[in-house]
Amino acid sequence: MEKQQQYWRQNLRLTGALLAVWFVATFVVGWFARELQSFTVLGFPFSFFMAAQGALLIYLILVGYYAYRMDQLDREYGMQETDL
Amino acid sequence: MGAPVQSQFFSQLKRYYAIYTGGVIGFIVMLSILEQMGVPNKVLGYIFLGVTVSLYAGIGILSRTSDVAEYYVAGRRVPAMFNGMATGADWMSAASFIGLAGTLYLSGYDGLAFVMGWTGGYCLVALLLAPYLRKFGHYTIPDFLGARYGGSLPRSIGVFAAILCSFTYVIAQIYGVGLIVSRFTGLDFGVGVFVGLGSILVCSFLGGMRAVTWTQVAQYVILIVAYLIPVIWLSVKHTGNPVPQAAYGYVLQQVTARENVLNDAATPEGAREAEVRAIFKERLASDEAKLKALEIGGANYLVAERAKLIHVLEGLKAQPHADPKAIIEAERELAEFPKDVTAARNAWRAAVETDKAKSSPIIAHAEPFAGPDEETRDNKRKNFLALVLCLMVGTAALPHILMRFYTTPSVKEARMSVFWSLLFISLLYITAPALAVLAKYDVYTLLVGSSFSELPSWVSAWAAVDKTLMSVTDINKDGIVQLAEITIGGDLIMLATPEIAGLPYVVTALVAAGGLAAALSTADGLMLTIANTLSHDVYYKMIDPRAPTTRRLIISKSLLLVVAVFAAYITSLKPGDILFLVGAAFSLAASAFFPALALGIFWKRANKAGAVIGMVSGLGTCMAYMFITYPFFGVNAPLWWDINPISAGIFGMPVGFIGVIVGSLITAAPSKEIQAMVDHVRYPNMRLDSFVEKN
Repeated sequence: MEKQQQYWRQNLRLTGALLAVWFVATFVVGWFARELQSFTVLGFPFSFFMAAQGALLIYLILVGYYAYRMDQLDREYGMQETDL
Repeated sequence: MGAPVQSQFFSQLKRYYAIYTGGVIGFIVMLSILEQMGVPNKVLGYIFLGVTVSLYAGIGILSRTSDVAEYYVAGRRVPAMFNGMATGADWMSAASFIGLAGTLYLSGYDGLAFVMGWTGGYCLVALLLAPYLRKFGHYTIPDFLGARYGGSLPRSIGVFAAILCSFTYVIAQIYGVGLIVSRFTGLDFGVGVFVGLGSILVCSFLGGMRAVTWTQVAQYVILIVAYLIPVIWLSVKHTGNPVPQAAYGYVLQQVTARENVLNDAATPEGAREAEVRAIFKERLASDEAKLKALEIGGANYLVAERAKLIHVLEGLKAQPHADPKAIIEAERELAEFPKDVTAARNAWRAAVETDKAKSSPIIAHAEPFAGPDEETRDNKRKNFLALVLCLMVGTAALPHILMRFYTTPSVKEARMSVFWSLLFISLLYITAPALAVLAKYDVYTLLVGSSFSELPSWVSAWAAVDKTLMSVTDINKDGIVQLAEITIGGDLIMLATPEIAGLPYVVTALVAAGGLAAALSTADGLMLTIANTLSHDVYYKMIDPRAPTTRRLIISKSLLLVVAVFAAYITSLKPGDILFLVGAAFSLAASAFFPALALGIFWKRANKAGAVIGMVSGLGTCMAYMFITYPFFGVNAPLWWDINPISAGIFGMPVGFIGVIVGSLITAAPSKEIQAMVDHVRYPNMRLDSFVEKN
């Protein structure tokens, strides 16, 4: 039981952290889009780059990292599925 | 199923689809050779659509099945990568394929709400729902609500909401199918709808989820190839770089520079633009005056205006040497004169909107929330973020997407499969903004400033096909095209890209086939969701729990037919404003499902009363807001905090969350069995005998 609770807490912490990144990349950058357009990334105004490409890459990394890290956690806590 | 069998299955699939992809490319090459040999375009179009549709049908027939698990969840052995492709095709609709680039062309930065919203939602799917739903391992989304909250009430509300949002969405898809088929084969729209319907049915009728999955993978390959080829070509043409996503930053700078020139009345080109804008300003004043006179005079004013036109026409005809062009113009004006007060009001309001847009300076493509004053800009920002949130949460609540994650072999594969889904989806969504900028560059540099006597061939070709997609009129009679003289419909951007890039007709046919694949695959997934929900949740779980499997499948298949014919019938009536329906589906799903699903997994204390109150109040708030604010319903109440009706979910979601929480806290905690079920969903290795699938 102890182990399960720890696993679940780790999962919640990971989920919370990744959702925070998701929120900042989407809504905080979006809120300040007008202020952030003055500097340039790869030829794009920063806010345009974020909305058209940057956010998408961040989402991909978040989802990929979650799958990788949870797989690790599953093994650490012996939570892998048995053959169904 | 054992691991070696699964990995063998996976490598077999990879081989099949590699051969398939090679075959598709070979087919395109073969058709372009046929084109060189002088085969007419129309025939090429027919071959293209015919071959791809029969391919999907072939896969559908090969995947026929009479096994329940195969029919509902493709046997739960779809490898993560292929489930990702199928989800991608399921997800990307006709609106994404054909409409998105145009929306981005027309609204610049503000259109990127769709790009972020339709991808970022997968973070929520991955982190909050997919692995847990997979572990739960039943067949539908109402299934989860029924098991988690107990009793048929939560399940019934789930069924109602699932059908409501899937049905509004499927109508938009069938509409897209009808449009593409009729445009590229010359068949009537109604016939196109039923032809498309036939091809949707052969894919899903015999094999359910299994057939839909494997056709969707095939459809994904066609749609992504069709999307990328013309954009890559256009990118090479303008930048010499075959990676449009990397190259268009530079093109965007040039577009911005052009915008500045055209907005600056001190430059010769800017002066000509200003001239055209001044003409539109005059028209604006006269159209507004007409609208005002109409409100005062009503039908009498219309009759008087009409009499004036007839008088002018007769005067012209009476002259012995009248200009024939002027007579034709006067006759056209009389023929187009609105028939009654409502028609006149609508036509003139639209005219005022056009005049307003055309008489103001060009809005910079890359500028977020552009507006003349702080209030407008804040308003746009608010609506942008609200729309992004509704689209994201809606993504994570649409049943036809969530259902796909029941089909993977394990929780681990379900997590990976969201990653693959997002990767395959992002490939298109990251390309669309590039296409919009490249097309804009073409229009701003090559079309603007060219002479009316020698317009680029794609302009005259599309102007001849459909005036709402492309029209250029010499407003200030200087013989040169100004930006304000060009009217472009959003759908044109994707449809005309092959011609703008100077590619052969085969690529145009390929784009049509890609659009068709996008619409068909989404329609497949949605119809199956509706039919499965009705047959599994309503018939099997509520009406006859002892029904044998054969009867369940027969019921499911007959319902699929009924739903399909009903949806096609509704579509052939051409209900107004399709785009609004699509947007509405997201807000509805976000308000109805998301709070109950997420809290059901992350909060053990959530119970039946909470779920019922939360879902009903969330959905109710969302529907009520749409009803009172959307012009279609005619109530026209003032907006709350200036939020547009498309983002009604922004009110429905919090109400839904509060409903679940309050409703749960004022009633007793859920039973031990239900709490055990939540544990079962949370820990991948935990088994629960009462929840093990029964077939």
